Amino acid sequence: MSAAPTETPVLDKRDRITHSGSESPPAAPGFWARLAGNPKAVLLVAALLVAVIAALAGGSGIWPKDLTFDLRTPLTDLNEWLVDNRDTHPLFLYFLLHISNTAQSAVDSVVLGLENLGFIGVTVAAVLVAWAAGGAGLQRRALRTAGTALGAFGLIGLLGMWEPAMETVGLMVVCVVVAALVGVVLGMISGLSDRGERILRPVFDTMQVLPAFSYLLPFVLIFDVGTPSAFVTTVIYAAPPMARLTSLGLRGADAAALEASQSLGATYRQQLFTARLPLARKQMLLGLNQTIMMCLSMVVLASMIGAGGLGEEIYRSLSILDTGQSLTAGIAIVLIAIWLDRTTAVVGERLDDPAAATRRNRSWLPWAVVAAATAGATAVGTALGKLEWPDNWVVSISEPVNSVVDWIESELGSGIPVLGGTLTWASGFAEYVINPLRDALQATPWWALLLVAGVLAYAVGRWKAAVTAVLALGVIGGMGLWTRSMDTLSQVIAALAVTLLLGFAIGVLAGRVDRVERAIRPLLDTLQTIPQFVYLIPMVALFSGGRTAGVASAVLYALPAVVRITNQGIRQIDPAALEASRSLGASTGQQLRQVQLPLARPSLLLAVNQGVVLVLSMVVIAGMIGGGALGVDVVKGLAKGDLALGMTAGIAIVCLGVLLDRISQPGADVKKRGL
Amino acid sequence: MKRTKLINNRIGAVVAAGAGVLGLLALTGCGAAETGASAGGSDKVTITVPSWVGAQANAEVAKALLEKEVGVKKVELKVMDEPIGWDALNNGKADVILEDWDGLPEKQKLYIDQKKSIVKGGDLGVTGHIGWFIPKYYADAHPEAKTFEGLNKLAKDFKTSESGDKGEFLGAAPSYTTYDEYLIKNHKLNFKIKETGNEAAQIKEIQQKYEKKQPFVTYWWEPQWLNNDIDLVEVKLPKFKEGCNEPKEKTECGYANTPLQKYLNADFAKDGGDAAEFLKNFKWSTEQQNEVAKYIAKDKMSGEEAAKKWIEDNKSTWQAWLPKK
Repeated sequence: MSAAPTETPVLDKRDRITHSGSESPPAAPGFWARLAGNPKAVLLVAALLVAVIAALAGGSGIWPKDLTFDLRTPLTDLNEWLVDNRDTHPLFLYFLLHISNTAQSAVDSVVLGLENLGFIGVTVAAVLVAWAAGGAGLQRRALRTAGTALGAFGLIGLLGMWEPAMETVGLMVVCVVVAALVGVVLGMISGLSDRGERILRPVFDTMQVLPAFSYLLPFVLIFDVGTPSAFVTTVIYAAPPMARLTSLGLRGADAAALEASQSLGATYRQQLFTARLPLARKQMLLGLNQTIMMCLSMVVLASMIGAGGLGEEIYRSLSILDTGQSLTAGIAIVLIAIWLDRTTAVVGERLDDPAAATRRNRSWLPWAVVAAATAGATAVGTALGKLEWPDNWVVSISEPVNSVVDWIESELGSGIPVLGGTLTWASGFAEYVINPLRDALQATPWWALLLVAGVLAYAVGRWKAAVTAVLALGVIGGMGLWTRSMDTLSQVIAALAVTLLLGFAIGVLAGRVDRVERAIRPLLDTLQTIPQFVYLIPMVALFSGGRTAGVASAVLYALPAVVRITNQGIRQIDPAALEASRSLGASTGQQLRQVQLPLARPSLLLAVNQGVVLVLSMVVIAGMIGGGALGVDVVKGLAKGDLALGMTAGIAIVCLGVLLDRISQPGADVKKRGL
Repeated sequence: MKRTKLINNRIGAVVAAGAGVLGLLALTGCGAAETGASAGGSDKVTITVPSWVGAQANAEVAKALLEKEVGVKKVELKVMDEPIGWDALNNGKADVILEDWDGLPEKQKLYIDQKKSIVKGGDLGVTGHIGWFIPKYYADAHPEAKTFEGLNKLAKDFKTSESGDKGEFLGAAPSYTTYDEYLIKNHKLNFKIKETGNEAAQIKEIQQKYEKKQPFVTYWWEPQWLNNDIDLVEVKLPKFKEGCNEPKEKTECGYANTPLQKYLNADFAKDGGDAAEFLKNFKWSTEQQNEVAKYIAKDKMSGEEAAKKWIEDNKSTWQAWLPKK
């Protein structure tokens, strides 16, 4: 694809000249004609006009007091009740505390187990599990996976992160097991019963757009700070993908296979266990993979509510802005992610590979090897008295990283001729981009914004989406958080605009040039797994605290997903269409504008939707570095244990998430084409 | 067919495991649950660590000495802010708060007077003071800015992209005790609080502005290691009188001088033996705390290294804290 345009450059140029003259005139009326022919678009333009005129006419953007409801008083009461009754009320004694004690002791025993295995035992176990998952033996696949595991664990130790990493792995193991079980059960309900599907589907959909940050607080008040709250929030966050994909797998089962098993006289149960679940296993494995990744990102965020391990290392370095330390822990997280991802992905690969399947009948053998070798390694480690990672095998990268960051800060902060420097940009961006956006949103009358949101949602979806969007905004206003939410919204829009500009540009470039794609792929993988907190710290050095720093970290966080989806969208286009356009003499730019981008439209819309969700989740976390608005209210609520403050802000964030998701969701028709 | 059978077995195993977990839950589910980690005994001590660096300095030094000199097997430092720390002390999940800024009068009443689950552990030896501060270079150029009324007249000097047409006031980190919001409102000051989000972000911003000699006004406090590096001048607020900040919405007065307090879980204070004794004796000066805080925040030492360095240099101070044998 990349080589093609150079073949006939002369023809290209000549053709463009002759074409552009004859083509552009019909294009312009075409746009207006299309607009006029699309009632939804007309409606949208009308609504926008109304909003702009109303804002300019000096309408007040303040939500009327009469339309608010008081959520704070009941929440404060609930807060007090929780604190008073947390260790006396039967609901806690006979139910909730059991959950938290069981979680605590499960995590403790896993961590203790890992400690007793010692670093040699754990590494050997991890490597051999990867090896067995890869099909054991001396196949390349198995050895490659094992090598990845060895590298990951060795590096974690070298970075001096062994002990916190084991705490994180301990919490992860328990969370993943429970989240997967919960996910399978919920997935079976929604996969096997239509009513279950109708009830659970919207729940899963909503869960996927919720910034996890917004619902930490209630769990802290119920389960107290510590492992149990971290466990519960992580399971809630990570179970939906498993459930969703299990359900998808069950529903997508080949009808003929089911028919066959039925005609052979299988009972419902037999059919479920011998045909439907096995047929769904590929999807379920994908779900497990996603669940693991989400668990990993959540156990880091949960350090805010007392989860220990690597997350706590990162959280603590946030409080002294130690970029090097946070990056070290962040890399350890990425390494764990790589190990888990490759190990689970390789099982999926093996399911696809018929050659591997035939060899699987003796599959207990590799596992016996794993157990025996782990026991052996543990014995060796214990005999040598080496259970903890030796201190002198540690290489610290945090000092060099910090000196680089200091250098960047002092050299690029300000005073560069013409360009100004990052601090100057930061205040410029706040002043000329975020502030006008915020002021415009806050000056627009609330009813006009409701109208625009409703029409937007209607234009991309259906009535239901419109109602949801208007309701979401209504709840925000009703709670009296209108102004603060508009502040957050302006940051989200600013970050989204930058993300999409950069993301589409890089994505298209990567989609067209193979070399670029190969170069950025590992970078994207890494950026996507680095915990959110890690992004925040260097941004403070670069842009000083504040909204620009928050927006910058949100852009970095959301960019990989947008680039990736755009790239895929461009690459999925039927080569025949491109070939045809090229043979008709389209130039590179014409190909892009008239063939690739229109055909990749579903992917681009999906990228927008993903971008919105990711940007929002990061913008609110940036409350910790001066982003203000709803984010800092959640942080305050968490820090002060103030349910009324934190929970209302959390609900407002959830409402913003639902609103943004609905107005950016690729419509049903687009989705179908996209698939 | 073998393939499905195997998967079948595997699913069976998963179901069995699930049943096992449920069974475990059911087993433990018969009786009332344990309500918290039992405090007491000197095997394990849990210290709460609020998010400011000074408090981390207390905790790291206490931990190092408890483990090395007092013979406690494991000292756990739990990162938690004041309000949550008080709850944790109440239910025994943590044993001690080493530095309390008197910001939670309701919890003090509830836990100390009513439930008697927390007891006082004495002075930390450090006196805390919160206030509004401006850099000395600005105060020298504008002496009238040293009172809040004078500062208000100069509000436009403090305008930034974050504060719009008002002056920017660098606010406290989310968990810190502050009445700035109400002070600004009740005195109708022309300032807008910028929520700095956490202490380090606030410090970074102050350092960046200080270096460029820009004007700024900030929520600030002593003890604070950065005070050794930069020169700040306090802005005079109306004098603090007992009770003038209750209810907080009506606050018009400035901040008090607070002798920082230690608090212990009541059971731990009674049965904690040498560890509890040591923590009650723990007392050092503002300078000493600042020294350790600076090792951590500025020199980027790990907490352990910072504590070790200080302990090596200050034997005479900490030996007085050890319980008499």
